[in-house]
Amino acid sequence: MAGDENLLRLSATRALNLIGSGELTAAALTGAYLSQIEQNDSDVSAYLRVISEEAQLRADAFDEAARQDGAPLAGLPTAVKDVLVTQGVITTCASRMLENYNPIYTATSVRKLEQAGIVMLGKTNMDEFAMGSSTENSAFGPTRNPWDLERVPGGSSGGSAAAVAAGEALWAIGSDTGGSIRQPAALCGVVGLKPTYGSVSRYGLVAFASSFDQVGPITKTVADAALMLKYLVGKDPLDTTSVKHPEEIVIPRKEDLRGVRIGIVRELVGEGIDAGVMSVFNEAVGKMEAAGAAVSEASLPHAGYALPAYYILAPAEASANLARFDGVRYGLRAGGDHADITRMYELTRSQGFGDEVKRRIMLGTYALSSGYYEAYYGQAQKVRTLVVRDFDAAFTGVDLLVSPTAPTTAFKLGEKTGDPLTMYKSDVCTIPVNLAGLPGISIPAGLADGLPVGLQLIGPAFSENMLLQVAHGAEAAIGFDAVSPLIEQADR
Amino acid sequence: MEFEPVIGLEIHVELSTRSKMFCGCRVAFGGEPNTRCCPVCMAHPGALPVANEKAIEYLARIGLALNCSIPGRSIFHRKNYFYPDLPKGYQISQYDQPFAVDGYLDIMAGNEQTTVGIERVHMEEDTAKNIHAGAGGRIAGALYSLIDFNRSGTPLVEIVTRPDIHSPQAARLFLNKLKNLLKYLDVSDCNMEEGSLRCDANVSVRPAGSGELGVKTELKNMNSFKHLEKGLAKEIERQVELLEGGGKVVQQTVHFDFATGEVTPMRSKEFAHDYRYFPEPDLVPVAAGSGFVEKIRAGMPELPGARASRYIQEFGLPAYNAEVLTSSRELSDYFEEALHHFDDARALSNWLMGELLGYLNATGGELADCLVKPRELGGLLEMISSGKISNAVGKDVFAEMCKTGKSAGEIVKSRGLAQISDEAELAAIAGRVIAANPAQVEQFRAGKGKVLGFFVGQVMKETGGRANPQVVNRVLREKLTG
Repeated sequence: MAGDENLLRLSATRALNLIGSGELTAAALTGAYLSQIEQNDSDVSAYLRVISEEAQLRADAFDEAARQDGAPLAGLPTAVKDVLVTQGVITTCASRMLENYNPIYTATSVRKLEQAGIVMLGKTNMDEFAMGSSTENSAFGPTRNPWDLERVPGGSSGGSAAAVAAGEALWAIGSDTGGSIRQPAALCGVVGLKPTYGSVSRYGLVAFASSFDQVGPITKTVADAALMLKYLVGKDPLDTTSVKHPEEIVIPRKEDLRGVRIGIVRELVGEGIDAGVMSVFNEAVGKMEAAGAAVSEASLPHAGYALPAYYILAPAEASANLARFDGVRYGLRAGGDHADITRMYELTRSQGFGDEVKRRIMLGTYALSSGYYEAYYGQAQKVRTLVVRDFDAAFTGVDLLVSPTAPTTAFKLGEKTGDPLTMYKSDVCTIPVNLAGLPGISIPAGLADGLPVGLQLIGPAFSENMLLQVAHGAEAAIGFDAVSPLIEQADR
Repeated sequence: MEFEPVIGLEIHVELSTRSKMFCGCRVAFGGEPNTRCCPVCMAHPGALPVANEKAIEYLARIGLALNCSIPGRSIFHRKNYFYPDLPKGYQISQYDQPFAVDGYLDIMAGNEQTTVGIERVHMEEDTAKNIHAGAGGRIAGALYSLIDFNRSGTPLVEIVTRPDIHSPQAARLFLNKLKNLLKYLDVSDCNMEEGSLRCDANVSVRPAGSGELGVKTELKNMNSFKHLEKGLAKEIERQVELLEGGGKVVQQTVHFDFATGEVTPMRSKEFAHDYRYFPEPDLVPVAAGSGFVEKIRAGMPELPGARASRYIQEFGLPAYNAEVLTSSRELSDYFEEALHHFDDARALSNWLMGELLGYLNATGGELADCLVKPRELGGLLEMISSGKISNAVGKDVFAEMCKTGKSAGEIVKSRGLAQISDEAELAAIAGRVIAANPAQVEQFRAGKGKVLGFFVGQVMKETGGRANPQVVNRVLREKLTG
């Protein structure tokens, strides 16, 4: 490789080749990312915890041994969202509740990547318990967007997306419940993939909404997303909702889009989407068409009900999932002499959870309450079924659906924190995909006023190979090659 | 006014599977606290449940044995409430789609066969165990509380009957029959003291002959058959008194105090729960297709009814004997084991029912703790039937076996109890007895045949009961008539 190549611009796929051919060491690569973290993360705050020493030691060890072992992802510096438990590395979910929680096991997804050879750099910031769209709901302060430090990186995997966009990680792991991988990827100008529900084990993913949560990659390129996904998927005996992916994940190579039928989702390109976003989106779709894709209009008639249904179902599940944080066995326990156990619960949970988490626990508890269950939870489940049917019908006419990933570009810190509903609408384009459990990917479509815009591609269940293939073609057709100023700075 | 009690039972059975319901931790009673727990049964962040297939098989056995129908699909629900013994803040249970429904179990209550309907049989998980320090082990006034997670996540089956039971005795009979059935199914220890079998009861009373149901109360956690019967009687009495005095029964949970024999209502706050059930998203539905159910049915252990019929047909036992023997799995297994060592089934059954059960009744002991093992009992009966010892001596020997656990052979040998069948030896003794009692000889010869019994008794006395009665009879008759 060229000696002066900016290591922070490398894709994982290329880094792997360079390490494999002996042109690059894992230690140098990891060192480059650690030094970028050191220089910039006090501004970006992508990480809650960086494990520099461990990372450097592990990278060194790969240089000495692993090249012969053939560990397929040997030495690739990786950021891990703090929603995935990592044995021996404090895992907080960006909550006071777990401020000092040291897990006694490692999430299956992280373990699989570690077995494949990644080097974990640290744990990234997020909205508390993955609830939010801006990473402002972190108990430990917000993450900033590497393209503009006055703006949010999106969320909830904002730390992971910002780390990749800032050159503070080669790639990252995130989780997506209603858009938490795709939306921050869009706002940070990187690639984010939410796999089909069940493709990746949820064991060790601290649950927000169990029937929606999926772990997935946040990367610089589509090929990188495919590379990480290849090692993430698989049936896990510890997660009965996981399944064996019907296809082996392949790294996409073909760049033309001839013969691919793309449907623009009518309901996701209208009202509520910023003009700047629409114009970048339309231009990108035009480039895909020029590369051979057959573009038509498609419809998800019930898409408008997806957001309200999601804000019943996800909080309902969350209200139970977060009940374990009770101050009894681990995590925060409110100090003082409590009159009884109920008082201890009340104080612990009021001190341990932030406002958004409390809001959702209350929403969910209410929706499940006796007398309201049918009107809320029951109706929302029916909407979910209708959304699934909408997608089934749409996929009879096209191979993939396309929409903007988010209705706006990155907004300013504090801009939406006072109005939860406006914040919730950040996920209006991504939520229907989670309701149906489908795979969706966000790729950079261009810049609007200097800020990244994401394009979302959605495929049928377990169509990851096709989805990645087309996304790869779209990526080439769009030709987005901008990086954040923080990576640019590092070009000498 | 005459009142009729209406009782429905809710029974919880801890399954004796090797591992817990949703993780790989071992199932056992007691042990060093918090040594059988893991991220799943302690609800660490990110941990997920995986349903235990064996537990579902056991559940299916119970459903089939209770004549239930098994829908092809059932799902788990989350039952939400906060308590320190419930680590997830919800219990994984079943709600509106239970595993087995609409069964029944027949009982004989007061010489009358009664059918008790089974509403549902479902799967759930047990809680951890809270231990309250100080204040006599109660939470009120305790200094602090400890939690032992060894029990957390133990497979628990809930069986709910219809309100078809109309007396405390019938409730006890039902529970006893159910326990016996569960033992045959090999699915639980059914140890009420250790809590592997627990029973709550819904109780109401109504004017005799009325078709309406009265307001019910829930009687909690009876930890023995005796307490169940007593508690029910007490609660029925309380309700009848209340109604006769013009009062009303309030729907509430009542607690029976064994020590005082009183029933007291629990504060309504303690049970006013909204459990906010919803489908458990971490678990896929339980698919019990016909193939699965047929496999379980084919592998079902022999149940008491089938066993009793077999005893009647194969061994020619009277129906009554067959029923008594199969009324408990232990007794029935004991019988079959002893049969390997003594093959006269009828004589064996008589001994078991007469001597063995008599002894257990008299001492209040359990068969499992009885020192006389089936092999030893078989040995004893063999000695009796072969004439080595008399039946009378046999009973003595049995009594000693029960006390010492020694074998019949050992006891007979050490105490010299072997029967004397030697004709010459008995003739000599008979001769001495005759010579010593001329008056009785006179009476016999005058035609008073009953006097023979006197001579037999004398010979028995001389030999310490060891003389073979047949031989003694013959020898005496010969000497007296000769």
